[in-house]
Amino acid sequence: MKNSLIIAGKELAAFFVQPVAYVVMSVFLLLGGFFFFALLRRFDLVLQIYAAMQNPQVLEHLNLNSWVIEPMLHNLSIVLVILVPAITMRSFAEEKRTGTYELLLTAPIRTGEIVAGKFIAAALFVLIMIGLAAMFPLILILFGNPEIGVAFSGYLGLSFLAVGFVAVGLFTSSVTQNQIIAAISCFGVLLMLYVISWPAESGGAAFAGLLRYISLPEHFSRMVSGIIDTKDIVYFLSLIFVALFLTQRSVESARWR
Amino acid sequence: MIEVRNLTKLYGEFVAIRDVSFTAENGSILGFLGPNGAGKTTTMRIITGFMPATSGTVLIDGLDIFTQSLEARRKIGYLPENPPLYADMRVDAYLRFVARLRGVPRSKLADALDHAITVCGLENVSHRICGQLSKGYRQRVGLAQALIHDPPVLVMDEPTIGLDPRQIHEIRGLIKTLSGSRTVVLSTHILPEVSQICDKVVIIADGHVVLEEKLAALPEGSSLEDVFLKAITKERHDLEQAREETLEEVDAGRG
Repeated sequence: MKNSLIIAGKELAAFFVQPVAYVVMSVFLLLGGFFFFALLRRFDLVLQIYAAMQNPQVLEHLNLNSWVIEPMLHNLSIVLVILVPAITMRSFAEEKRTGTYELLLTAPIRTGEIVAGKFIAAALFVLIMIGLAAMFPLILILFGNPEIGVAFSGYLGLSFLAVGFVAVGLFTSSVTQNQIIAAISCFGVLLMLYVISWPAESGGAAFAGLLRYISLPEHFSRMVSGIIDTKDIVYFLSLIFVALFLTQRSVESARWR
Repeated sequence: MIEVRNLTKLYGEFVAIRDVSFTAENGSILGFLGPNGAGKTTTMRIITGFMPATSGTVLIDGLDIFTQSLEARRKIGYLPENPPLYADMRVDAYLRFVARLRGVPRSKLADALDHAITVCGLENVSHRICGQLSKGYRQRVGLAQALIHDPPVLVMDEPTIGLDPRQIHEIRGLIKTLSGSRTVVLSTHILPEVSQICDKVVIIADGHVVLEEKLAALPEGSSLEDVFLKAITKERHDLEQAREETLEEVDAGRG
């Protein structure tokens, strides 16, 4: 554990001396701000229209959560599909290319500790990013009355999703020494998790059920709409566990070949 | 002490090293000599536990590098062919990171750092970014990371490669002062290096050991160059002879 923290500390420091981290964070927050602004404008417009139509029943059903926060979180999750690979692509690929991999693998530490250290650092980084994006609902609280619990559940979902993405990114980075290959294959896997349920409509019941379970939006949407269910948390934890396990195997494989 | 026992390494069909054995005693410097591509780097990577051997094993002070890997790795300081530096880290931060990774306790961290920096002459660059250092300084930082935890065993893959003559001289002097009670193995293809600083020489050619001898025990009057050339040409000769014999047998079989 101590060794993991040593590696995590070094990795985290490395993120912040590099322009990539700031670019990724800025892009994430700028896009988040843009979504927030656009969705808020649309919400405002819809409110005005219904107010002009003097339709109080509909007005009561319009709320900030489902018109602003929820769609924003869905959009941000797609942004993460593109940004997380850019964060994790270096982690192992770069070490292999520059030869520092030899330093890590000949140091008296376990491969699991290396993987855990890199995972902790990258996960913390994306969590900081999501933490900063929590300013959008905070602004809404200042000027309106969104449901805080639902917003919290949504951000929790986004955090789980981002950390799961990080685990997948570490795995794709561990199998290559080329950062581009690491990023693109991570992107491919993450996008696949989004669309995997598409054939479910045309398949048999068991097959459809399985695809729906693997499908990421199924679980994420529930959390965004305010339902914190152990089933969905187990899904994200399994994603993280499986990806990290494969990463550890892949790093360890240097010792079998 | 390093005991290398019958190491064989195959990359697919390609035989990188075959049945390599030698011993490096405590307090001695072993020069691991061979032409380019003879299997020096492969052997050193196996000794340090970076990659496994196809068969055979290595004992570091009696600890098996494969079955007691963590304990054995704790005893080794390793300078790979390319110094393993993180280009965006400062020299002192980098050395501190390596020291903690190799288990130097917090209380001794500052001393270990000072010592490595002084011994390797890094005082003037300790606040610079590794990626901006010259080749000579990169090599010295590589050396500093290898000895930061005061390891009983030091493995160096071509420590003087790419340095200018003055730096080569300095690094050789440094390695010599380092040995003391340590076991040092260094690979090189520069012959004078071995005769200047090593106690023992192991010559490897085409993946196997062709000579293991104390420098003092080399025949008097013969230079290391003669010995080296003789050893590797004899190896080639033997191989050719073996090949011819095989061909003759095949021919005889046909006839």
